[in-house]
Amino acid sequence: MPFMPVKFNLQKRVKLAQGLWMIYWLSVIVGILLFSLGIFFKIELRKRSEMMDNNESHLVPNLLILVGLLACGVNAFGGKVCHDSLDPIKFAKWKPMLKPFLLLCCGFNALLLLTALLCFLMQFAVYLTLAEGLKNSIKFYKDTDTPGRCFMKRTLDLTQIEFRCCGNNNFRDWFEVQWISNRYLDMSNDLVKDRVLSNVEGKYLMDSVPFSCCNPGSPRPCIQHHLTNNSAHYDYDHRIEELNIWTRGCREALFSYFSSMMTSIGVLIIATIILESVDMAGLKYLTTALETMEDPENPECESDGWLLEKGVKETFGDLLAKLKTLGKTNQVVEGGDAPEAAN
Amino acid sequence: MAVLRLKFTKNERDKLAQVLWILNWISVLTGILLFSLGLFLKVEINKRGELMAERDIQYVPNMLIAVGLIACAINFLGGKICYDCVDTNKFLRWKLIMLPYIICTFFFTFCVLVGALMCYSMRGELEESLNLGLTEAIRFYKDTDTPGRCFLKRTVDMLQMEFHCCGNNGYKDWFQIQWISNRYLDMSQKEVVDRLRSNVEGKYLMSGVPFSCCNLNSPRPCIQQHVTNNSAHFNYEHQTEALNLWMRGCREALLEYYTHIMQSIGLTVLLTWLFEVMDACLSVLTGVRYLQTSLENVLRQGDLNSESDGWLLENSFMETARTNLNIIKCLGKGNQIDTANNGDPNINVPSTSKAHYGPDNVPLKEIPEAS
Repeated sequence: MPFMPVKFNLQKRVKLAQGLWMIYWLSVIVGILLFSLGIFFKIELRKRSEMMDNNESHLVPNLLILVGLLACGVNAFGGKVCHDSLDPIKFAKWKPMLKPFLLLCCGFNALLLLTALLCFLMQFAVYLTLAEGLKNSIKFYKDTDTPGRCFMKRTLDLTQIEFRCCGNNNFRDWFEVQWISNRYLDMSNDLVKDRVLSNVEGKYLMDSVPFSCCNPGSPRPCIQHHLTNNSAHYDYDHRIEELNIWTRGCREALFSYFSSMMTSIGVLIIATIILESVDMAGLKYLTTALETMEDPENPECESDGWLLEKGVKETFGDLLAKLKTLGKTNQVVEGGDAPEAAN
Repeated sequence: MAVLRLKFTKNERDKLAQVLWILNWISVLTGILLFSLGLFLKVEINKRGELMAERDIQYVPNMLIAVGLIACAINFLGGKICYDCVDTNKFLRWKLIMLPYIICTFFFTFCVLVGALMCYSMRGELEESLNLGLTEAIRFYKDTDTPGRCFLKRTVDMLQMEFHCCGNNGYKDWFQIQWISNRYLDMSQKEVVDRLRSNVEGKYLMSGVPFSCCNLNSPRPCIQQHVTNNSAHFNYEHQTEALNLWMRGCREALLEYYTHIMQSIGLTVLLTWLFEVMDACLSVLTGVRYLQTSLENVLRQGDLNSESDGWLLENSFMETARTNLNIIKCLGKGNQIDTANNGDPNINVPSTSKAHYGPDNVPLKEIPEAS
């Protein structure tokens, strides 16, 4: 008893072939889209790799690029098969390749499922990498004379301006590090000396933030220094002032950016899985409809198409039996060897 | 003696009409391109409308938009004509419009050229507008509580951060105006009062700039206050320090940005104009003219599927020029009193031009009157 059989006459076969050809080309476009999204994601990760300590994992974008290319190839081949399917001479060329092709499509769908899963799960890894990377970035902000870290200041300033954020968790992270290099501190000045000596590690700490934390939407000129000292500025209360500097932390800002990107890519991959399944079902119907034609010379005859030759349970039973026999060919059959050994 | 006479079979006529149709649709696409370029320029100008004083610069994008729409309309009409040319019945409808259409196309290509040249001429007006606009914007930077100017501070800050510029001509523009509102100045402090009294207009002036002037590439944290005072900061010399603040003025930065956009648009429009001219001369004039004349000849011969001749001009250049000059002379003479026939313009004057009796120039046989 075939699983989900459908009767086909010539018109239905032609319509199925044409519709399937268009869906295959749509899938090629989706494959190109996945490929370009993979490249875009890779570029974005590279751009912000300084914020992540150059430690970020490129697994997801690389997988996306691979999947995109595979999708293009597989679907283009499928489209070609559909295009040739109504011409029996050309179709005979493709007939032997169809079963392995459908198995390849199944494997490809599994790969897509894995990629979608990774898109959702790798967000945790991105979060952790960001937390670690930003902490180090803030620590190395002042080291503009150290080779390899010359541009950390610039990158961090750009990030804070672009993502409208300040510090790692919030602006108080800047109070805990020395972000002004010793080159620009007048060590002969008493105030400077006092401040440096006031903490164990000898760091010049102060309650100020860099200019990139300033909010341009504030009605008053930006207050960067003595942020927690209300009396240092006229008409200023740091507890209720929200518009002066960005209150969001950069880790949260960057994470929400990457997370929304990865979530939308994951949703697109799930849509691709559904599209690929539709492709596979259509192709199976088309090939079975063409194979079961009683009179191959007469294109007008009717034929049957189905998804599975036997029912679902029986097909699975057959598959399991095949797998068992594959396993058994490697085992030594005990009964046969003993008489040989005896001889 | 026709100019460049060619024989056309029905198939060749159809093919000619189809090629013209395709060319016209490509021209529609270029019309859409012109329209979208005009729209883009308009959007870009309006985005920074707050920073530009009232000047007549909207005419350039408006012209481009109008020219783009007219291009679409004319070429769409041309496409329709060519599409209908294949069918001789429909061709009769368009017969009268062909010549005006050709004249319109000529006039329109001239408009496209004018549009391209205007792109390059906009620069002077734009510079003037930006100069005035930026001066005003910097002056009203502090007025974040005045309705209508609340967001000027934000706009100027974002502009300076995005275009990497400071002030109108340079950062010293900020020293000449009060950019901190009185709401945030402690009038009870002696220093503040002294500074206010130190100049005629009672403005709080200082050698400081807003944070948005800070240069990202500077290796040291930004020095915004006491910019010209070397002793206020350790190891600092403002004359040689080039990386601390953005050195470029915002007027120059914006002008360069808009000039770049307009040069690209102007170049694209010039290329479109060249394409239109080629399209008009080669295909519309020759193709449409050939189509028109060959179809007219087909109608004269009466057989729709036959071969027919097509030409550019029916007689040679000299004769056509002579005929046209005579027509113009007669137009001029129409107002003068003709003394030859005792001033009566209604007396029949024998025609000086030869009658045209079709391509063979054989006069028709007289139809015998029925008795």
